Amino acid sequence: MGEFNQAFIYGCSAIGAGLALIAGIGPGVGQGIAAGHGASAVGRNPGAKGDIMSTMLLGQAVAETTGLYGLLVAMLLMFVKPFKI
Amino acid sequence: MNYGLLLSTDNIDFMIHRLVPFNFFGTEVWITDSHVCVLIVMLILVIFSIIAGNKFRKALANDQMEPDGFQNFVEAIIDFLQNTVGNAMGKSADRYFNYIATIFMFILVSNISGLLGLRPPTADWAVTLPMALITFSLIHINEVKFAKSPLALWADKCSPLPPWLPIWLPINIISDIAVPISLSLRLFANVLSGTVMMALIYGLLGWIATAWPAALHVYFDLFSGAIQTYVFCMLTMTYIASARGEA
Repeated sequence: MGEFNQAFIYGCSAIGAGLALIAGIGPGVGQGIAAGHGASAVGRNPGAKGDIMSTMLLGQAVAETTGLYGLLVAMLLMFVKPFKI
Repeated sequence: MNYGLLLSTDNIDFMIHRLVPFNFFGTEVWITDSHVCVLIVMLILVIFSIIAGNKFRKALANDQMEPDGFQNFVEAIIDFLQNTVGNAMGKSADRYFNYIATIFMFILVSNISGLLGLRPPTADWAVTLPMALITFSLIHINEVKFAKSPLALWADKCSPLPPWLPIWLPINIISDIAVPISLSLRLFANVLSGTVMMALIYGLLGWIATAWPAALHVYFDLFSGAIQTYVFCMLTMTYIASARGEA
């Protein structure tokens, strides 16, 4: 890695961190779909609001995991700085 | 020279600090922030439990039937935990109530300990991974214990295909191994993202961040922390119950 200096590598790491957060699109769409179906379920059956809420939150938290993996990669690139010369 | 990615990176501090070095069989390891914060959280829980236990013993000795303030609070917590565990685990709720209640209270107090000025211990993978590994061990101990025969276990691991064609075996094993990793990373990354976000706000905005970040603390520490606690315990209970063949 002799021909690149450290600033170039940090800049590329920042771009990579930004690209890693594209992973946030999927969980956003998924959680929105889950929340929408949860809302329509409560509209159809208001008595089961507690069960619907807990099931919806559980599903949303599981769907969030892929986005969090992207976040972790971004944080590793930004703050831990694995690519040092 | 410091090639900081942000304007004043020197003010931003959310890393785990090393405090005391010691020698562990020839390797140098450190006592860090996380150890201290875990001990503080445990101290809070132990003191709370001792006070609550004394209160209940006194109420039982005096034949005091109407609970007052603090006793009401403790009873509400226990009632909520018993309902949650009972709904999720069915018959084996009594057996696992102590464990689930313990990790529930530990994770909850850890997550909201950001409000007390601590670095949340759950924002360290070394704290969440052992808890996920305990879940992993419980799942597989129960799976072996409740299998009808070794052949049934083998057939379950080759599940979509017949047991004499174990093509799906490696895929099932990988999905078993992914359980503790995703369980621990979910909790860790959620709490870490809240910690980092608050550190960025306090570090970059300086005096502008005076009173209004309290609203963000409510979201990142209280709401997100409580949701993730619930999710961790709920998934643990669901996995154990399905390994025991009850769900």
